[in-house]
Amino acid sequence: MSLNGTSAADVQRLQQLQQGVWSPLPLIRRRWLRVSLNLGVLAYVIAAWLSVDVNWDRVAQGMDRGVEFVASFMSPDFVSRSGEIFVGLQESLTMTFTATIIGVLLAVPVGLGAARNIAPAPVYYICRTIIALSRTFQEIIIAILFVAMFGFGPLAGVITLAFATIGFMAKLLAEDIEDAQREPLEAIRATGGTWLQWVNYAVQPQVMPRLIGLSLYRLDINFRESAVIGIVGAGGIGATLNTSINRYDYDTSAAILLLIIAIVLLSEYFSGYVRRWTQ
Amino acid sequence: MPIREKDGLKEWQRREPAKQYAIWAGWMLGGMLFVWCWALISENTIWEFLYDADEQAASLIGRMIPPDWSITGSLMMPLWDTINIATVGTALGILIAFPLAFLAARNTTPHASLRAVALAIIVSSRSINALIWAMLLVTIVGPGIFAGMLAIALRSIGFVGKLLYEAIEEIHPTPVEAITATGASGPQVLAYSVWPQILPAFAGISVYRWDINIREATTLGLVGAGGIGLQMNAAINNLAWAQVATVFVLIFATVVLSEWVSAKVRHAVL
Repeated sequence: MSLNGTSAADVQRLQQLQQGVWSPLPLIRRRWLRVSLNLGVLAYVIAAWLSVDVNWDRVAQGMDRGVEFVASFMSPDFVSRSGEIFVGLQESLTMTFTATIIGVLLAVPVGLGAARNIAPAPVYYICRTIIALSRTFQEIIIAILFVAMFGFGPLAGVITLAFATIGFMAKLLAEDIEDAQREPLEAIRATGGTWLQWVNYAVQPQVMPRLIGLSLYRLDINFRESAVIGIVGAGGIGATLNTSINRYDYDTSAAILLLIIAIVLLSEYFSGYVRRWTQ
Repeated sequence: MPIREKDGLKEWQRREPAKQYAIWAGWMLGGMLFVWCWALISENTIWEFLYDADEQAASLIGRMIPPDWSITGSLMMPLWDTINIATVGTALGILIAFPLAFLAARNTTPHASLRAVALAIIVSSRSINALIWAMLLVTIVGPGIFAGMLAIALRSIGFVGKLLYEAIEEIHPTPVEAITATGASGPQVLAYSVWPQILPAFAGISVYRWDINIREATTLGLVGAGGIGLQMNAAINNLAWAQVATVFVLIFATVVLSEWVSAKVRHAVL
C-alpha cells in the first residue's frame, strides 16, 4: 500500500477510518518536520520568556493607574487643556495635509522611475534605493534626524512625513504600473507619442483610481504618525499627549486619544466614500 | 454630449460646464487649503534654524561615518530583546484578535451588539500607534520589555482583527451550508468550514504584522519600553552619532532580514 506520498501514518489513519474513527489531516504531513517545528516554537517561547524580567510588584503597583486610565475614558477632560489640544490638533492636521500633498507629488516621479516596464535600468535602481531607504526606518527615527537638522517645530514633521510618504506611495505606484495592461501602452507607443504623452495617456488612466485611493489611505496614516513624532519635537499633538501621560493626567490623555480615534474614523469613512466614487 | 458654440462652430468639450466649474472650484479650494496650512506651519517654524541646515546635515553625517563598531557586541542583547518584543507581542495580539475577529465578522457574530463592541475595540486599537500605547504602558507596568510586548500586542489586535474579520466575511458560504447540513454544532462549523478557508489569510496576516512589529519594536525604547531603541535613545542623548549610526545599521539589517522572512512565508502560504 505504498502509493506515492502514502506514509505509515496515512495507512494507520485509513485503517482507523474504516473502523469509524476520524481524525483531521495534520497541517504538516512530514512527522519529523511537524514535531521539530513544535519543539522549536516551544524552545523559543521558553527562551523569550526567560529573557523578559517582569517586575510583578511594579505591575501590581501600576494596576491602580491602569484602572484609572481605563476609567478616564468614561470621563475625558476636553476642557482644562483645551487650548493646547486645539493648537496641537490643528498643527497635526495641517502637517498631515501638507506632507501628504508634497509627498505624493514627489512620489509620482519616483514611482514612475521605479517601475521596471517604463524606466531605464539606472533610473530604476536609483528610485528603488530611495524607496528602500524611506521604508526601512520608522517615521520617528527619521523625525529625530530631521529635528537635528532643521530644528524643533512642524517643518521637521512635514519633511519627515513627506519623506515617509514617498517610499510608501512610490512602491505601491510602481507595483501598480508594473501590473498595468500592456495593450494601451503598445497602442499609444504605436501612434508615435513622446514618453510624456505615453505616460499621460496610457499609464495615468490605468493607475489614477488606485493612486487616489492610496493617497487618502496615506493621509490617514500620516495623521496617526503625526500624533507620534511630536514626542521627539517634530510638532503636532504628540507633544501634548506625551506631557499629559507623563503627568498622569489621564483625563486629558483620554480626551486626546478619543479625538484621534474620532478623526481616524471620520477620515476612514470619508476615504471609503471617495474610493467608491472614483473606482 | 457637452458641446460649446464657438464662432458658429460646434466644439466638443469633455465635461458639462457645471461639472467643469465644480472640478475647478474643488482644485481651487484644495490649493487654498494647502497654502493656508503651509502659512500656519511657516508661522510656527523658526526659520533661523534653517540657515545652517546644510552645515548641520553635513556635520551630522560626518560624525556618523564611520559607525562605531566597538559597541556592536553590547547591542546584541537589546537586539534579541527587540525581536522578542515583536514576536511575543505579535503572538499575544493574535491570541486576542482571533476570537475578536469572529465576533466582528457579520456572518459569524453571535449578536449585533457584540459585533459593535468588537468593532469599537478594533478601531481604537488600530487608531493609536504602538509608541503611544508604550508611553501609557510604561507609566502603568513600569519601563522594560514587558511594556513593549503589551504595546505591540495592543496595536496588533486592531490590525490583525480588521484584516481577519474581512477575510471571514469573504468566505464561500457553500462549505458552511454543507457542514451545517450534517448537523454539526456551532464550534464544529467554525472549525471545519470557516477555519480552513481563512487559514492562508490568517498565516499571511500574522507574518505581515510580525514584520511591521519588528520595525515598530526598534523604536519603542525611545519611551523606555525596552529593546534596541533604549541604546539608540542613550546614544542620541549623548550626541554620540557614530554609535547611533551603528544602531541604524543593525536596525536596517534586522528589518531587511525580517522582510525577507515574511515575504518567503507569505509566498509559501498564499
